Amino acid sequence: MQKSKHTHASTGSDDSRKSACNRVVAWLDARFHLEGLRTFFAHKQVPMHKHSIWYYLGGISLFFFVIQVTTGVLLLFYYRPSAESAFESVQFIMTDVHFGWLIRSVHSWSANLMVLSVFLHLFSVFFLRAYRAPRELTWVSGVLMLFLVMGFGFSGYLLPWNELAFFATKVGTEIVAVVPVIGKPLMIFLRGGEDVTGATLTRFFAIHVAVLPMLFIALLGFHLLMVQLQGMSIPPGVVKKQRRIKMMPFFPNFLLRDLLGWVVALGCLVAIAALFPWELGVKADPFAPAPAGIRPEWYFVFMFETLKYIPAKVGFIDGEVLGILGFGLVAFLLLCVPFLYEKTGGRSARLFAALGIVALIFMLVMTAISYLGGLG
Amino acid sequence: MPILKHALAFSLVLFFLQQTLFAQEEEKQPRDSCVWCHLENEEEPEEPAHAMQEDIHAENGLSCVDCHGGDAGLGFDEDEEAAMDPAKGYIGAPEKKDIPRFCARCHSDPGYMRRFNPRVATDQYDRYKTSVHGQLLLRGDEKVAACTDCHGAHGVLSFKDPRSPVYALNIPATCGKCHADREYMAGYRVAKDVVEEYKKGVHGITLLEKGDQAAPACNDCHGNHGAVPPGIPAIGFVCGQCHLNNSELFAESPHKQAFAEEELPECETCHDNHAIEHPTDAMLGTGEESICMDCHEEGSDGYRIAEVLYAKIDSLKLRLSAADSLLQVARKAGMEVSEPLYQLNEANQFLIQGRTMIHSLSEGKVDSLTARGIGLAIEAYEQGLQAIDELQFRRKGLAVSLVFILLLALGLYLKIREIDSRTVFREEEVRV
Repeated sequence: MQKSKHTHASTGSDDSRKSACNRVVAWLDARFHLEGLRTFFAHKQVPMHKHSIWYYLGGISLFFFVIQVTTGVLLLFYYRPSAESAFESVQFIMTDVHFGWLIRSVHSWSANLMVLSVFLHLFSVFFLRAYRAPRELTWVSGVLMLFLVMGFGFSGYLLPWNELAFFATKVGTEIVAVVPVIGKPLMIFLRGGEDVTGATLTRFFAIHVAVLPMLFIALLGFHLLMVQLQGMSIPPGVVKKQRRIKMMPFFPNFLLRDLLGWVVALGCLVAIAALFPWELGVKADPFAPAPAGIRPEWYFVFMFETLKYIPAKVGFIDGEVLGILGFGLVAFLLLCVPFLYEKTGGRSARLFAALGIVALIFMLVMTAISYLGGLG
Repeated sequence: MPILKHALAFSLVLFFLQQTLFAQEEEKQPRDSCVWCHLENEEEPEEPAHAMQEDIHAENGLSCVDCHGGDAGLGFDEDEEAAMDPAKGYIGAPEKKDIPRFCARCHSDPGYMRRFNPRVATDQYDRYKTSVHGQLLLRGDEKVAACTDCHGAHGVLSFKDPRSPVYALNIPATCGKCHADREYMAGYRVAKDVVEEYKKGVHGITLLEKGDQAAPACNDCHGNHGAVPPGIPAIGFVCGQCHLNNSELFAESPHKQAFAEEELPECETCHDNHAIEHPTDAMLGTGEESICMDCHEEGSDGYRIAEVLYAKIDSLKLRLSAADSLLQVARKAGMEVSEPLYQLNEANQFLIQGRTMIHSLSEGKVDSLTARGIGLAIEAYEQGLQAIDELQFRRKGLAVSLVFILLLALGLYLKIREIDSRTVFREEEVRV
């Protein structure tokens, strides 16, 4: 009897909770017309096949971005963007602010993991040819976001104003100056003068916390909208083999899987950030000689290393200029991948895959060479 | 007529060309008969003429006749004697005993030397006469060093030129040409192993192996032109030129009078003269390596002070080492401990100052420094402990967080399975 009483009581409270919830939904519905959105998600389906695992990389990248925004805002409470106090403020965050060390470490590690997941996302989309019509603009917005992510990394690296970051930024902005015609003015614009100074720091800070986030959020909104409008692409190889494909409801089945991925990513991130706190190093001294082993962040290393091996002169062109223009051309071609693919009528699929593999191997080899100490 | 004009112009060009070429031919011939003769005449040595090309005197516009006299404008027509006519002031190569005076004709003349360098010293000859080298030369001993033995005769280079025998890094080898040659130095009362000993010492290693020119070479302690052994009363002043604090503290200490009474050389008694070893804390105290024990017996006042001073220095060292080890452990674990490490640097400064203060033999003064260092080292150590505690807290916090995250992931996984079991997965037809 007691048991049935209890069951009866809990059903009653469930009912009242449900009706309260329904009232909130009805209130919101009347104002935002959520019915359409609900119907859309209720009917949204995700294809299930052997390559479905790659669908989660976009979500993981988004998760890291959310972490970046959250921890970034928390760091802003204490960070002071000037040459005199930037280093000290980060030191204060790491030693005196409660859990400041964790927030900063998570921000730094999450930035790197985000770059990694964005790269993996790009390569998975490339090799599965998910950029095909009508998803060209999704690809273009994704590639632009990759460039912005690299910009986030480059600008954020300088903000603690430590020795390694200072000299890496010096070298990085010097490379920008190599670009013909616009290079020098662009370098002066980035540095806020001829040299890397406090002016560079405030500029990078503004770019890091205002300019790039605005552009990124606009592109991200567009990217997600396109993904929702067009649904997930099914790889041509899968379509060729199977006429009928099993579909999974997006809500809640796929979304819960996404959520599981995020929870696992959070666990890994927290463990890495706590066990290997991001080092601060020593404060930048513009008058000190450059320390040995200056290297940009790992995702720029393959470009940095490549520039070292291009001869000083290639024909009548300066080797470094050729290298920079070459990377610029590759970046442009990357943006144009869907259009180039369509132009060949899809006949160059093998060539595209081969080029992708070559590019991937090239990046890995150049990075490895750099970390192993160069080619002798 | 135009042909005539062209011919005239052509001849003019030819004339100027010929004149220019002829002038160049003439340029190739030395204008100085000394150089010409020493290069052309096989009987004359070539070396002085070659060496003079880089000589500092030649760089300043001086030529052979400025030192040796004669007339270098004469003597091209196999009439060598005309150039080397004593009536023209020719004095030729000076004898060894005359070399210092020979060089001093100019180098002791401030009015003349000012033309080349207003700040150049002109007291070398006066100093030389007071040196052991100069005294012996005056007494007719021609084995001793005169100007040319150290500086070279022709091809004299500035002391700033790394090729010069009197460049700081080359001085031990230059002095060593004689002073390291036991056979050559036989018959003189000076030690024959000074150069070898110097090379083994902290000064020799710093100068010759590390290339640090702040370290003294022979001339910095003995003087260069007025070179003499400093002698017992002066050695403290010689070392005090660089080791000022140690020298002043020693002068105020009870050792000053005691050393004077015993006729012991001040710094050398404990540190040696040429083979100066890098000082260690073990030189203090009452252990086997202690040099205090060379003079002080057990139970004496000196014995007690040596023991106390050693204990103070050693105590600070132990504190520093303990704090540093702890902070390094924390740093390697990723803890931000740059502030206590900086503090430890400051404490280390007190150790350095304390070691210097040993020369005062004052327990109170040494203690005031070591106590401050110990205070800072203790603070740094405590911060190290806090960092280690914080590290443990982080590890535990991480473990708890991971348990929650794992449980959440597990819950999600089970929920997914449960939902999947209720879901009917539709199949859709797809088109390429």
